[in-house]
Amino acid sequence: MVKQKQETANQPDNTAFTQQRLPAWQPIISAGIVIPGFLIIGLAFIGIGVALFVTSQSIQVLEMDYTGVDKTSPCNRCTDPNVKSCLCQMDFSIDTLFKGPVFFYYGLSNYYQNFRKYGVSIDYNQLFGDLSYFTSPSEKCSPYQYDNNNNPIVPCGAMANSMFSDTFKLFQIVNGTNKEVPLDGKGIAWWTDSNIKYRNPSVTPLQMAFNNTVKPLLWANPAYQLDPADANNNGFINQDFLVWMRRAALPNFRKLYRRITSGDYTQGLPAGNYTLQIAYNYPVLSFGGRKTVVFSNVSWMGGKNDFLGIAYLVIGSMCIIMSIVMLIVYAKFRFSEEE
Amino acid sequence: MSFFGLDCVKKKERELQRKLRANDREYNLSFKYATNAIKTSKYNLFTFLPLNLFEQFQRIANAYFLFLLVLQVIPQISSLSWFTTVVPLVLVLVVTAAKDATDDINRHRSDNQVNNRKVQVLIDGKLQSEKWMNVQVGDIIKLENNHFVTADLLLLSSSEPLNLVYIETAELDGETNLKVRQALPVTGDLEDDIAKLADFNGEVRCEPPNNRLDRFTGTLTYAGQKYALDNEKILLRGCTLRNTEWCFGLVLFGGPETKLMQNCGKSTFKRTSVDRLMNVLVLCIFGFLAFMCTILAIGNVFWELNEGSHFTVFLPRQNDNNAAFSAFLTFWSYVIILNTVVPISLYVSVEIIRLGNSFYIDWDRKMYYARSDTPAMARTTTLNEELGQIKYIFSDKTGTLTQNIMIFNKCSINGKTYGDVYDDTGQRLEITERTERVDFSFNPLADPRFVFHDHALVEAVKLENLEVHAFFRLLALCHTVMAEEKKEGELFYQAQSPDEGALVTAARNFGFVFRSRTPDSVTIVEEGEQRSYELLAILDFNNVRKRMSVIVRSPERKLSLYCKGADTIIYERLHQSCSKLMDVTTEHLNEFAGEGLRTLALAYKDLDEEYFSQWKERHHEASTALEDRESKLDQLYEEIEQDLLLLGATAIEDKLQDGVAHTIEQLSKADIKIWVLTGDKQETAENIGYSCNLLREEMNEVFVISGSSPEEVRQELRHARSSMKPDAADSVLLPERTLVKGVKVITDEEVNGEYGLVINGHSLAYALERSIEVEFLRTACMCKAVICCRVTPLQKAQVVELVKKYKQVVTLAIGDGANDVSMIKAAHIGVGISGQEGMQAVLSSDYSFAQFCFLQRLLLVHGRWSYLRMCKFLRYFFYKNFTFTFVHFWYAFFCGFSAQTVYDEWFITLYNLIYTALPVLGMSLFDQDVNDMWSFQHPQLYIPGQLNLFFSKKAFFTCALHSCYSSLMLFFIPYAAMHDTVRDDGKDVADYQSFALLTQTCLLFAVSIQLGLEMSYWTAVNTFFVLGSLAMYFAVTFTMYSNGMFLMLPSAFPFIGTARNSLNQPNVWLTILLTSILCVLPVVTYRFLLIQLCPTINDKVMFKVRQAKATLPPPPRRARIRRTSSRRSGYAFSHAQGYGDLVTSGRFLRRPAMFLSSGFAHTGRTTTGFSPMGRSAGYSPTGRPQNAKVPDVEGTSLQMYRTFTDSAL
Repeated sequence: MVKQKQETANQPDNTAFTQQRLPAWQPIISAGIVIPGFLIIGLAFIGIGVALFVTSQSIQVLEMDYTGVDKTSPCNRCTDPNVKSCLCQMDFSIDTLFKGPVFFYYGLSNYYQNFRKYGVSIDYNQLFGDLSYFTSPSEKCSPYQYDNNNNPIVPCGAMANSMFSDTFKLFQIVNGTNKEVPLDGKGIAWWTDSNIKYRNPSVTPLQMAFNNTVKPLLWANPAYQLDPADANNNGFINQDFLVWMRRAALPNFRKLYRRITSGDYTQGLPAGNYTLQIAYNYPVLSFGGRKTVVFSNVSWMGGKNDFLGIAYLVIGSMCIIMSIVMLIVYAKFRFSEEE
Repeated sequence: MSFFGLDCVKKKERELQRKLRANDREYNLSFKYATNAIKTSKYNLFTFLPLNLFEQFQRIANAYFLFLLVLQVIPQISSLSWFTTVVPLVLVLVVTAAKDATDDINRHRSDNQVNNRKVQVLIDGKLQSEKWMNVQVGDIIKLENNHFVTADLLLLSSSEPLNLVYIETAELDGETNLKVRQALPVTGDLEDDIAKLADFNGEVRCEPPNNRLDRFTGTLTYAGQKYALDNEKILLRGCTLRNTEWCFGLVLFGGPETKLMQNCGKSTFKRTSVDRLMNVLVLCIFGFLAFMCTILAIGNVFWELNEGSHFTVFLPRQNDNNAAFSAFLTFWSYVIILNTVVPISLYVSVEIIRLGNSFYIDWDRKMYYARSDTPAMARTTTLNEELGQIKYIFSDKTGTLTQNIMIFNKCSINGKTYGDVYDDTGQRLEITERTERVDFSFNPLADPRFVFHDHALVEAVKLENLEVHAFFRLLALCHTVMAEEKKEGELFYQAQSPDEGALVTAARNFGFVFRSRTPDSVTIVEEGEQRSYELLAILDFNNVRKRMSVIVRSPERKLSLYCKGADTIIYERLHQSCSKLMDVTTEHLNEFAGEGLRTLALAYKDLDEEYFSQWKERHHEASTALEDRESKLDQLYEEIEQDLLLLGATAIEDKLQDGVAHTIEQLSKADIKIWVLTGDKQETAENIGYSCNLLREEMNEVFVISGSSPEEVRQELRHARSSMKPDAADSVLLPERTLVKGVKVITDEEVNGEYGLVINGHSLAYALERSIEVEFLRTACMCKAVICCRVTPLQKAQVVELVKKYKQVVTLAIGDGANDVSMIKAAHIGVGISGQEGMQAVLSSDYSFAQFCFLQRLLLVHGRWSYLRMCKFLRYFFYKNFTFTFVHFWYAFFCGFSAQTVYDEWFITLYNLIYTALPVLGMSLFDQDVNDMWSFQHPQLYIPGQLNLFFSKKAFFTCALHSCYSSLMLFFIPYAAMHDTVRDDGKDVADYQSFALLTQTCLLFAVSIQLGLEMSYWTAVNTFFVLGSLAMYFAVTFTMYSNGMFLMLPSAFPFIGTARNSLNQPNVWLTILLTSILCVLPVVTYRFLLIQLCPTINDKVMFKVRQAKATLPPPPRRARIRRTSSRRSGYAFSHAQGYGDLVTSGRFLRRPAMFLSSGFAHTGRTTTGFSPMGRSAGYSPTGRPQNAKVPDVEGTSLQMYRTFTDSAL
């Protein structure tokens, strides 16, 4: 026995792996799978498409440009850079109930928040509340690292510096008087952003932490005074700041400004006339940008977007057409088996 | 090539002559000759890191990534963090360095082992044991039996008479038969007298170190006398001392200067055609990369002018809005971002795949030869896919196609054939293992290994049939075999050719035992009765005569001449009375020839005493003549070999290896052309050609080219071509394509009918001349089979080179002996038959196994799969990386050409390393379209590989287009689905991080599904890899976007929360589904239609397999091919001239005689007697059992010296 082992000492092992005999599933692209597969996918897609399209159609969207490029536009006078703290009003009416909850967005276009150098101009350590980065912000923030007097800027960087600064007030005109529509700005940012990613330094009062620093150049108020109404909505965890800091992927984007959920407007905006009061601060005309406000409600699939529904419908129908074509080809031309 | 190779190049000044003095170290040291230490390792502990890194960065891919790294640390350019490049680069460097280190450690180990061997050196008048590495030029060393020769030595003295030593040179030239070296008498007299040897102060002047194994010139000056030295007195390092108790030698060359080492390290690094294509493609990709970057840079100029210069309120520009400078920076930024089109992991993965597929070859039990316990071995791990593209096979004959075993198979005696077995009804039976054998036990001297099946012949012998007796008597007498009888009744024959051995052994078993010979007598035992015949003359064999005769006088004083030879020759010399017998025998000869047997005709005649003595006198005169001796002798021979009486004919089977004919048939079905290149004679080669089905009787014609001048050869070739293709014969216009380098490629020409070509060495020499080579190649390539005989090793290589030069094909050379080394090295792939004579062929080969028939498995299964896998891998790999990269390109148009990445940096880093590495590796290691049985069933599956169908520039281009489509989908569908929508809680979803996550998830799904489409063999491992990688992606993503990771390193993981916030949205998943499906559906449609409308051979077979549900019909029983008609002579006899002289001279008989006389005790002799092994005596029944396990050669084997040139990663 031992001798026999000696004689075949070099014989390779007989395992399924070494002999390449591993059991395997060997699918091939056969008519039996492909044609029904296409049919099923097609039907499923059409189903999804119809659902998406119908849902999308039911979503109401109201978008208004208030940049003021037009001479007739109410905000036109605010485009003059010499006018300080300019206020303008946009009037609009709603024919039917704008179902709630209604979301109030501001939109910017031709605005390259996704420009690489813009995007990297941020100091996450500073925004995490690390005080050592208050005195010496990251180099990435340059040229918004220090001001001309060499004081550190907090929060530093182009992204923070360019924070959207227009503010809005919405009034419903009821019997000729303006009735303010309550706007809810709580929880409009991601939970992870306000609770983990961004933190205020644990110094009370918050203002102390900002000693020897300066506010970003374009800002009207320092970070600790962003929301005079709510002390907990200041510093780096200010909801508007957080929304702004979630950088947009594309040059045209919308950001959530407020929600309309309370008071008489829990069910939505009733039909009627409204006026929007805009504190016009944010300059976009120099680079051809546009500012809009958007009112919208949502569904299970999010905001209004016809594309997905249409795409599903088109692809679904194409699948069905292809399955028919393939069936014809298969019936007519399939290769003979005798070879 | 290697950096350290410089050491050898920058030698001092070239040595013109070597001077040395024995036993004078001081004097010899002054010349600074190399010591006997060898070094094949490349690094030591300290040089490893710098040298290895230096070497690695010479590879273009690594250098490129280093360059990228440099770009990335420039802040203005850096579009990606440094770790995206560093992590993969470090991984690649570490893996390669580890591999290099293990290789080098092995080399160190073998160097040490060799260097530390002990040898007896004469120092200060005493024999001392020294390490090999301390041996110096001029030392005298003592070698003992079975020792390796330490260095190149001048033989001084030996234990054997006449100062002979026997050496085996297997490691040098692959020949296992023993060779003799003889010392000068003057040094031989020193014997083993230590005092005398210590006083020896001879001075040697000789040639400088060189690599010629067969030549040596020098002089020895000793005691005032000058002696010439030649190769016969030199023992080369690498040889082994055999049958010699001891010998003393003077070291002439040591270590790196020995001829063995001078012959090593030249092995060229072979690359596969896929490698070459890949290099071209990588260059194209570089070009394409530059092109894309240029477009984006130009885009950046426009953007800066139109938009960027205005968008300064929120993003001031440092460089004063200089658009041109910004474009320049953008160009480099995009070089960094788009670098993934030249993926660094490609090279590593390719190496891994090849390694894996090489292991499969090593592990294959169906390529394991149990009888010699030899598994197949992939000695090179970088050529696997090339195995699936072979178009030409160049094969050696002896030992490769044949076993080099001759078997006495049949005979025809006096008009009756023997050897076939018939059943009761007179039907001829197939001879198998189970057929009853003839029992030779009646004959105590019979060779037990001899097998014969036909009982009629024994009966005939026992019935004292006169002709049968004469027949076997002739076989027992007419030969030049030597007998050796160490023990009473245990006979060993040493034959010059296996044919002779087989014949004499046959006679022995049938009761005519050749027992011994002296220069003038032959003793045979005829049916138990010992008879001594007086040997009067041997009329030796040569190529022109094609016959040999002996003239003997029987104990009854009867003079006879016995002659055996080619039928055509013998027939011309027969007496008229035999004409009837001639006709019958001719029929038998044809039958034998038809079966591929080697035939000889036997004849005899009785001589008149008077006539003979007169002839003898003239013979003596002629053989001492000074002029024209040869022709005079020839005339005399011619005169006496007349009026012979035909006895019959013998048929010997040159035993083919198992399954050779079937293998050749399979390979030719796979459209592989097989050329046999052999050193053998035309008849033998042709014979084998027929018996292994290479040449067939049904062929329209077999051309024999045997011109003796260039013009003649050209004419013959022209003629051959014109008969194959009458219409285009005279066309001067070559059907050729011109390649880039101006080398012409000759395309195949169509011929109707099958033709064969046989060309001999002489003609081949002319045919390989520049002016005719194209003519030769065209003609040869039109033939189905080509046999070149009598070719030298160099010519073998030349033929291979010729085909490589003019045909854009992949060639494979297979052989077993040292004479095949040149062609093995020349061909794209060299295969060595292991377990046979010598190791040389195996050592220089890329693959080795024990049997020729394994070649079909190597090519049709392993090669095909490797090629398939490699091509699938490359296609898919390029697809996945291009798709990955192109998305950046589209995004550039929406981010102001700012080199913003679409994906998270971590995703970029890990995409090739973790998320997609294993699935594609799994596919390339396990995939098979159909299993091995079906691959054999349909050898045509091999053809796509030869035509490069699976991966070519076109396939690459298709990949790129496909990627382009996928990337468009991958960018624009998420774009359209997300740009103006929001989440279901009203929050914003089109932020950069969510978009990045969405796109990368889509990408990963798309490429994974695409992989699933490519994969045709889903093992559990594959499935696990694919699903596991997807799971891994989510696991890693969620981990990296988790709170914990962010809290540890806030600036490294800014994507915190993205996965949670984004992947809980239904529209995100709907987008992923849509994108993935949209990427895949067109591919499925296209493939389905392709399969239906123009299916490839693979599709058809796969369909058939599916139909058959993997139940393979049993392979058709292969009947032995029998043909009866024959137009050719079956004569073949591998025999060389001049042995007869030796037999009669007596010199040769000295050693065997010693064994016969019991007075000579052979004490101290450890081996058995003089028993040449290998070609000269390898006939079956008496020689060493074929394919026996080669004795374990201690590690001086060449592999240790073989220096590996780097694989260009």
